[in-house]
Amino acid sequence: MDFETTLHVASELAGAIWVTLALAAATLPLGFVLAGIATWARASRHGFLRAIASAYVLAFRSTPLLVQIFVLYYGLSQFTWLRQSPAWILLREPFACAVIAMSLCSGAYTAEVMRGGLAAVPKGAIEAARALGLSPLKVFLLVTAPIAVRRALPAYSNEIVVTLKATSLASTITVMELTGVAKDLMSETFAVIQVFCMVAAIYLIINSALIFGLRLLEIYLAPPHERPLRRQRGRNRKAEARPADA
Amino acid sequence: MAADASILQMLAWGDQGWSRPLLFGLGVTIACASLGYVLGVALGFAIALAKLGNNRWIASAANLYTTVVRGVPPLLVIFLLFFGTNGALMWVARGFGYTGYIEIDAFTVGVMAVTLVSASYSSEVFRGAHGTIPAGQFEAFAALGLRPFLGLCLVIMPQMFRQALPGLGNVWIMAIKETTLLSVISVAELMRVVGLAGRTTGQPFVFYGAAAVIYFVLVAVSSRVFIAVENRMRWG
Repeated sequence: MDFETTLHVASELAGAIWVTLALAAATLPLGFVLAGIATWARASRHGFLRAIASAYVLAFRSTPLLVQIFVLYYGLSQFTWLRQSPAWILLREPFACAVIAMSLCSGAYTAEVMRGGLAAVPKGAIEAARALGLSPLKVFLLVTAPIAVRRALPAYSNEIVVTLKATSLASTITVMELTGVAKDLMSETFAVIQVFCMVAAIYLIINSALIFGLRLLEIYLAPPHERPLRRQRGRNRKAEARPADA
Repeated sequence: MAADASILQMLAWGDQGWSRPLLFGLGVTIACASLGYVLGVALGFAIALAKLGNNRWIASAANLYTTVVRGVPPLLVIFLLFFGTNGALMWVARGFGYTGYIEIDAFTVGVMAVTLVSASYSSEVFRGAHGTIPAGQFEAFAALGLRPFLGLCLVIMPQMFRQALPGLGNVWIMAIKETTLLSVISVAELMRVVGLAGRTTGQPFVFYGAAAVIYFVLVAVSSRVFIAVENRMRWG
């Protein structure tokens, strides 16, 4: 690959990074909210709500994301009444469709992550909080949620990486993000391996940055006695050094 | 076919209906997923052995492979293979003195893509399973005088497979889902057929919906089968 091609490829990819990041940044919060609603509904007293939420989680986890995106983007255009409704302003945009489909899918997976986190909260802690006379809301905010968040974080960071990779499917409905641009560059420049390596490096850097950030958050949220060993060793060294300083 | 044909007519068997093409597409999907899965699990096992082996260089190459393939969207792997395989093969063939044109069909590329991705995930599954086996088992076969290879085959591997089954089930479901992506490189699998049917009849929602139902059933049946096998392989 000569210098000019490299520059062309690099500038094309640099523009596409933002599309990928925008897709992920729009999808993750929406998915999180959907997952929150689904988790709440699955723990609801009403069997009707529980059934709907469980069906949602099961359906979106058991079908491929590409099918979901195509049903939304190509499938819904079949209905004339929908094309004439105001919702069509959103549904005819490939970017919006990709975000909606990916949020629904990510929400279903995240709901499962949330359920795992909540299941890991010891019953005794909740009972103790109730015994202290805390209101249900306070029990949730002060006891259940902090423990559940800590337990669910590793699985959630996994889900974030999955979502980032899933944004590549938006290229199938003409949203030109990293993978879509990479495909065009591959067929245009024939520098297949070089383009692949560059795009792979970009994805790996974004992934590693996200994982590193979440790992820091995990350490920050962990109570001192549960923090990883490296921190403690540093602290011990300081503790050992102190008498010598004095 | 008229655009206002009823759903039953569209999904009917025969020249007028789409049942036969759909079934053919499903066949291609299952063939591609299962071929890629079987090859991928075999390759994944070899990669897991490479990671656990004593050679540091081979182990780090295996780790690099898993990190890259698991960190990159499967679609990108598919594009790499789709655009790259012909060139790579011709480059190798030129080394042997063959200068003709070589072309690999999309189905083979698809199977290769599913293989590479399943291999990277299943190698991690196998490595995890290997980690759960107590050190006593290794000591026990060594104490019995078995050589490492024989001990691995007779003592460690049967236990590993039991531990690995849930993870391998997930890899299979992932392989099914990955085959949908092959429609972008024009493999005539279910998604491709469904897309064609939707465009021809002007009823894409019906056909993509049908595809969703088919994949749902496929995944549900697969997970049932894997759970049944797991229960069967459990001790006692």
